[in-house]
Amino acid sequence: MAEIHVIISSCDRNVGITTALRRKPVLVNFTSKLEQTMADEDEVKLFGMWASPYSRRVELALKLKGIPYEYVEEDLSSKSCLLLKYNPVHQKIPVLVHYGKPIAESLVILEYIDETWTNNPILPQDPYDRAMARFWAKFIDEKLLMTTRKASVASGKEKEQAIEEITEQLKLLESELQGKEYFSGPSIGYLDIVASVLVFWFGNLQEALGVDMFTKEKFPIIFGWIGKVVEIDAVEVCRIPKEKHLEYIRTRLEAFKSASK
Amino acid sequence: MALSDVKVLGSWPSPFVLRPRIALHLKSVNYEYIEENLLESKSELLLKSNPVFKKVPVLLHGDKPICESLIIVQYIDEVWSSGPSILPSDPYERANSRFWAAYIDEKWFPALRGVLAAESEDAKKAAIAQVEEGLVLLEEAFGKLSQGKPFFGGDQIGYLDIALGSFLVWLKVIEKISEMKLLTEAKTRCLLEWAHRFSSHVAVKDVMPEADKLAEFGVKLRAKILKARAIPK
Repeated sequence: MAEIHVIISSCDRNVGITTALRRKPVLVNFTSKLEQTMADEDEVKLFGMWASPYSRRVELALKLKGIPYEYVEEDLSSKSCLLLKYNPVHQKIPVLVHYGKPIAESLVILEYIDETWTNNPILPQDPYDRAMARFWAKFIDEKLLMTTRKASVASGKEKEQAIEEITEQLKLLESELQGKEYFSGPSIGYLDIVASVLVFWFGNLQEALGVDMFTKEKFPIIFGWIGKVVEIDAVEVCRIPKEKHLEYIRTRLEAFKSASK
Repeated sequence: MALSDVKVLGSWPSPFVLRPRIALHLKSVNYEYIEENLLESKSELLLKSNPVFKKVPVLLHGDKPICESLIIVQYIDEVWSSGPSILPSDPYERANSRFWAAYIDEKWFPALRGVLAAESEDAKKAAIAQVEEGLVLLEEAFGKLSQGKPFFGGDQIGYLDIALGSFLVWLKVIEKISEMKLLTEAKTRCLLEWAHRFSSHVAVKDVMPEADKLAEFGVKLRAKILKARAIPK
């Protein structure tokens, strides 16, 4: 940035150029202060949690768009004041903060990112394709992941039924990949980002639960997609560390079981 | 020909069906409305158009089905872009509209339904408290988002007006069931006034169901829900 020397009436951080000359004008090297202010104003912060697929999908979108951001890891057992301030309604991560303005709910955040940083669009251009992408994203969050949660804490026949439901839901989702490289077509996009929960998180959960339904044999097309998706740098960088994740899931399940007794 | 054919598969008691209908009226788009009977078995057309959820509303645009009410509203806004905008143009305002619409569907509406389907007085009271809490949050959101204008969307009805407004007649039915006012002068004055404006808007008033007719339906729906719960699995 070119150096700017201006006469200002205040040496305050939030500088402004004013014609009122009550105070003695001061010549200041404006550059560093202006750069600092602009850098702060441009600041993108993501409040997230390493094991959350909702948080990881936002990180993936930011990385695919090449958007620099500051990541703030939240301890969900002791949420920070800032998180509670930025998301008082749900008190959950992820929360994206842009120009000091918070945006919550991962699918809402993804659309905000796409509309604000228009390079490398993640949603399709055609309204019908956009509607389909949004529909399947909703399906993943409201059907697949809800049933997965149910299966994680259920036992006996209820667990079996939940696993059957998940199998049907995955089959439906898999049909969306027919004849396509990625869910979004020839390149990775919104629906792949939402479906990225299947890439690391889902398999780890299955292993921790001692279940064996999410396999290459049963879902060859999904696994073919996973193979392509992990080749993408941004996806690999968002990998959830496996052993740490397995331990995390087991600890949470134990806590849930103790709490329900 | 085909692409100008617009149909809405719906059911008159469904608040979700009102959403695409209001959106199409705002855009002055003519469409054919096809009634599904929610209390009886689902039609072939519905099962074929929405095989995943098997629910109304479905928008049929030419041969393309679009499902899920808020997704349909966004589709309508994007396709008929020359009409008045439903979503705001600023990305942050759009995010706020989407956030609150998601809150309404995922948190507030289940509480509203919870009042209707409550099996005990305690469950009913708990659900009513959640509905009231949600309305207070929405009152605050209205203050911030409307910026002194008549609707969440500003001078005109927008996405969030449609998302919440579609529940207004059901809210009257729930007020009747709970024997108390949920939208009040004391706690939700702005929303109360907004509700009158929304309900009497030209794009809305002809599609809103009658409160008495909906209340009668509500009684049948409650009986159906409680019966389904009583059946041993």
